[in-house]
Amino acid sequence: MSTDPQQNAHHLPVLEFKSSTFSVPVLVLAGNDVMTIEQQLQEKIHLAPEFFKNSPLVFDLQELNKHDLDIDVAELTHTIRKLGLLPIGIRGGSAQQNQQALELGIPVHSGHGTAVASSATPKQQIPEPEPESAAEPQAVTAITTMITHPVRSGQRIYASGDLVILAQVSAGAEILAEGNIHVYGSLRGRALAGVQGNTEARIFCSDLQAELISIAGNYKVSEDLNSAVHNQPVQIYLQKNTLVIKDI
Amino acid sequence: MARIIVVTSGKGGVGKTTTSAAIAMGLAKKGHKTAVIDFDVGLRNLDLIMGCERRVVYDFVNVINGEATLNQALIRDKNCNLLYILPASQTRDKDALSQEGVGKILDELKKDFKYIVCDSPAGIEKGAHLAMYFADDAFIVTNPEVSSVRDSDRMLGILSSKSRRAEQNEEPIREYLLLSRYSPDRVKLGEMLSVDDVQEILSLHLLGVIPESKSVLNASNSGTPVILDEKSDAGQAYADIVARYLGEDRPHRFIDDKKGLFGKLFGRK
Repeated sequence: MSTDPQQNAHHLPVLEFKSSTFSVPVLVLAGNDVMTIEQQLQEKIHLAPEFFKNSPLVFDLQELNKHDLDIDVAELTHTIRKLGLLPIGIRGGSAQQNQQALELGIPVHSGHGTAVASSATPKQQIPEPEPESAAEPQAVTAITTMITHPVRSGQRIYASGDLVILAQVSAGAEILAEGNIHVYGSLRGRALAGVQGNTEARIFCSDLQAELISIAGNYKVSEDLNSAVHNQPVQIYLQKNTLVIKDI
Repeated sequence: MARIIVVTSGKGGVGKTTTSAAIAMGLAKKGHKTAVIDFDVGLRNLDLIMGCERRVVYDFVNVINGEATLNQALIRDKNCNLLYILPASQTRDKDALSQEGVGKILDELKKDFKYIVCDSPAGIEKGAHLAMYFADDAFIVTNPEVSSVRDSDRMLGILSSKSRRAEQNEEPIREYLLLSRYSPDRVKLGEMLSVDDVQEILSLHLLGVIPESKSVLNASNSGTPVILDEKSDAGQAYADIVARYLGEDRPHRFIDDKKGLFGKLFGRK
């Protein structure tokens, strides 16, 4: 029953490199005052605290460098980590900033808008059902994440662009998107659109039974929803900070 | 090629062990060498339901730790010599199980056995996780009741993301719904979820419906799997389920309550 493991050690491979792509949110900085960054980042986290807890992110310093605003990478990293986020990459940094980042164990990502696929990216915290195809992290040309299988209770999906789900979303599941959310099935879980603050984001579903709906932080729970819209195909959008639910 | 079937649910008390025993016995009776394993370390029940509690010498954890061989721990069933039981440990706890250890045992069983039924404990912790990690097929036992349905849904999510097949991007586990403790009368009264209600939430392939039946308690008291009680409705339901799993096309008999004239006059058994 006991086979000598030592014998097999040299013959059986113990590791393998596989190519994969992951989508990770990018924190694009427009100002270099770390205290303001901390405060505004804290506000953003407050919109979806469970999602952001221990979430990986890449920070982008291109805008700062365009306007000749320097920033202390060590201080920035410390602040980000303090808020419970995990910086896993730097982008658009100067040679000196890149060097600082490498010293802190943060890899440097080249270029603007190129796919982030590489062996350096660790697995995303949010369990995704299957590896999504090339992630373009910028909000301008955001890609749509398409899911064709049911989203089960306890699962959580995050999309950096739009999110389209061609099946049901079970009670106890969470779907989040920086852009719009479309559910072509029953929506029974929680749906949060525009999670990075996009107030133009909308939620569309063919059968509204959601536990919670939110757009850019403005939310309503199932109890607050008018019974007239239950089980109906609806679109939900923000009008002057109030959620409007309309038949479609 | 051997098939590993996990009988799981999330919710406790829905009929996993009853089902594991019945299915394993059913498969063995059809001529396939079958092993049924109790993964509920510390709260073992399978040996009671199978009627072999007085013959347990070595258990699952003993084999993982190398304290006994698989052959020493496997107990052959008295009613069917193609059926073997691997009981759980009663004195240890779940931490005694390891993924590597479980994997090794299943590999060894696969050489000899056609079907390996894994009786999962309730919950979604280590014991349940290990029971389903290596599975090829999953029988999701659900009661037609809201908390059971939600827990089953959660378990489905875990099956599709945390099993070995999911992690290695292989063909996903084949999932089957077993709706147990079903009462057509209560469904008609609107007190209980119907098959359609459950399917709307879970959307699974329905392998069978097992009616609420007194024969289940009788079976566990006597230590014989209920499928051997061929006159009982539950026993017949399990027999149908085994047949369907093996590819036969059998109509679902226990979804509607077909009371004959005698039934209406004298009530149900």
